[in-house]
Amino acid sequence: MQLTDYIRKRREKKNILLMTHLVLGYPSFEVNRQVIRQMVENGVDLIELQIPFSEPMADGPMILKANQESIEAGTTVKDCLEFAAEVTAAYDIPFLFMTYYNILFKYGVEDFFKKAVAIGIKGFIVPDLPPEEGAGFLQLAGKYEIAPILIYAPTSTDERMRELAGHARGFIYCVARRGVTGKQTDFDKDFNLYMSRCRQATNLPLAVGFGISNKEDVDFLTGQADIAVIGTRTIRLIDEHGAAAVGPFIAGLK
Amino acid sequence: MTTKGYYGNWGGAFIPEVLHETFKQLNLAFEQAKGDPTFWQEYKELMSTYSCRPTPLTCADNLSDHFGGGRIYIKREDLNHTGAHKANNVMGQGLLVKRMGKKRVIAETGAGQHGVATATMAAKFGLACTIYMGEEDVMRQRPNVFWMEKMGATVVPVTSGSKTLKDAINEAFRDWVSSMDDTHYVMGTVCGPHPFPEMVAWFQSIIGLEARKQIINGFGKLPARVYACVGGGSNAMGIFQGFMDDKDVELVGVEAGGHGLESGEHAARLAGIDSSAGVAQGYKTMFLQNDDGQMRDTHSVAAGLDYVGVSPILTDLWEKGRVRFESATDKEVMAALDLTMKKEGIIPALESSHAFVQAFKEAGDLATDQALIINMSGRGDKDIFTIAHAFNDPSWKEFIRKKGEEYATD
Repeated sequence: MQLTDYIRKRREKKNILLMTHLVLGYPSFEVNRQVIRQMVENGVDLIELQIPFSEPMADGPMILKANQESIEAGTTVKDCLEFAAEVTAAYDIPFLFMTYYNILFKYGVEDFFKKAVAIGIKGFIVPDLPPEEGAGFLQLAGKYEIAPILIYAPTSTDERMRELAGHARGFIYCVARRGVTGKQTDFDKDFNLYMSRCRQATNLPLAVGFGISNKEDVDFLTGQADIAVIGTRTIRLIDEHGAAAVGPFIAGLK
Repeated sequence: MTTKGYYGNWGGAFIPEVLHETFKQLNLAFEQAKGDPTFWQEYKELMSTYSCRPTPLTCADNLSDHFGGGRIYIKREDLNHTGAHKANNVMGQGLLVKRMGKKRVIAETGAGQHGVATATMAAKFGLACTIYMGEEDVMRQRPNVFWMEKMGATVVPVTSGSKTLKDAINEAFRDWVSSMDDTHYVMGTVCGPHPFPEMVAWFQSIIGLEARKQIINGFGKLPARVYACVGGGSNAMGIFQGFMDDKDVELVGVEAGGHGLESGEHAARLAGIDSSAGVAQGYKTMFLQNDDGQMRDTHSVAAGLDYVGVSPILTDLWEKGRVRFESATDKEVMAALDLTMKKEGIIPALESSHAFVQAFKEAGDLATDQALIINMSGRGDKDIFTIAHAFNDPSWKEFIRKKGEEYATD
């Protein structure tokens, strides 16, 4: 599949890839635009575009606030799709949609896939759609060749990981710890064991997210994961220091 | 039920991966409890000694005569310990928690009745307890916040979103995804991911089982209609289950009409036309949401009915035509509450008063040899601030003013 190929090819040149995340329309599409440019210019390899949802159950306070303020400011799904089309045309790296299932469901799941293909989106991350509920979604992902990114958690058993691997494409998103986004993660011995369990369960590339906020974290993951995911940290950075702070921050992670 | 956890097109378990094993374990514990007759025995024993089950079925003679139609019976869940039907579910889940060996419970609460019941259960069973409650509900249900804290629970006001029940549910899930190893989430209603709708409905079925026997003993035959208010739907599911197979008994769910269905400020999912199918908070049902799938703000004078979703079991029964849905406005609710207090000396909660409204509208349509049952899901004492405010009661206001002055000098 093309997303996996891209990751493998890129990994030949880099020890670890960076995936960043942003909430569309927060604080504004204009800031999103500036941030994405800086991310790409500083070598980010993949970008997750979160379409805001009013009930982001898996997200911590920072991303929750970003979701709500974006919606309050009037962001619609249509705005998000238009913006995504703009950035996929402008930059030559893969963009993924992250959102909750209701956004797809209300849009019409197959229509949403068709639209995403037209825009050039490479994968979907839908944290509240386990494969047990997602048979139709997974089938459409195959049909439209958009990678359904499934999630491993430290609570997933070996058996469960193998089962998920059977449905996943692109890469696996390994949640570094229990809890929601935005808290620090302890990278300890338990984590190393968890990563080796992830590695054994699948041949797909592994991305690690939740609580990754600095160069030390990225260095720690190098050799264990293929992709480090930076989420809440950049949103906080932009809140505190503005969009211009993103470029130097990303450059400093390598 | 076709697939596990589905009721027709509704229900399911849309849960993040991190909770997969937790739900597996919970499903197992629940299935074992259901298959074990001693569990239900233990549950009934607990509810008859720690609480007041069976709760009475009161014949409201004065109200019946006032409307001059069918005999009005009131199922008195207000006399359950902690003052509402919520305790039925909570004590049942408490027994499950003991079996699973967890040490802490968390819960969401709207009106605060589920929070109080959970804090009570935690105190009795020696569990740590955290309650998530929308900031708006903390303000309008202050007496319940006080009792929860006095019983040792931590009450966390939720400031995100609409600051009501749905936001409290989100926060409880956010706690659970980190704490699941030692913590059980005591979901308060027949919503959320499977097995919660089925589990809560099972514990609440005790209301209907009792009511069916009581009406046959007291009135000699089945009622023509049964009325219950519907927020998430747990008290309604509780009483309806007793009459589900009695095809001649009409089941009526009453939702929060707020300022009226046309105002857009209400919480009528099934009685109105503003809702559509969606997936949120772990399950699929009819939600009050916009075209993008963003949840809308809801309104009701009753915090416990002020919710965007509704039980998937009830949505299925609505779709199949087994349950009829109506709505009652804030204004109608105050009038029904006033009449019930004056005629019967009974103070229903603002939530329960919605069921009274619809029953009063229809009582005159029934013949005198017919009966109807209103499920009085809880007592109104908790609503003293809201009710006193709505009645614009001068002596109450004077009392609050004096108290305020007294505390101001502290």
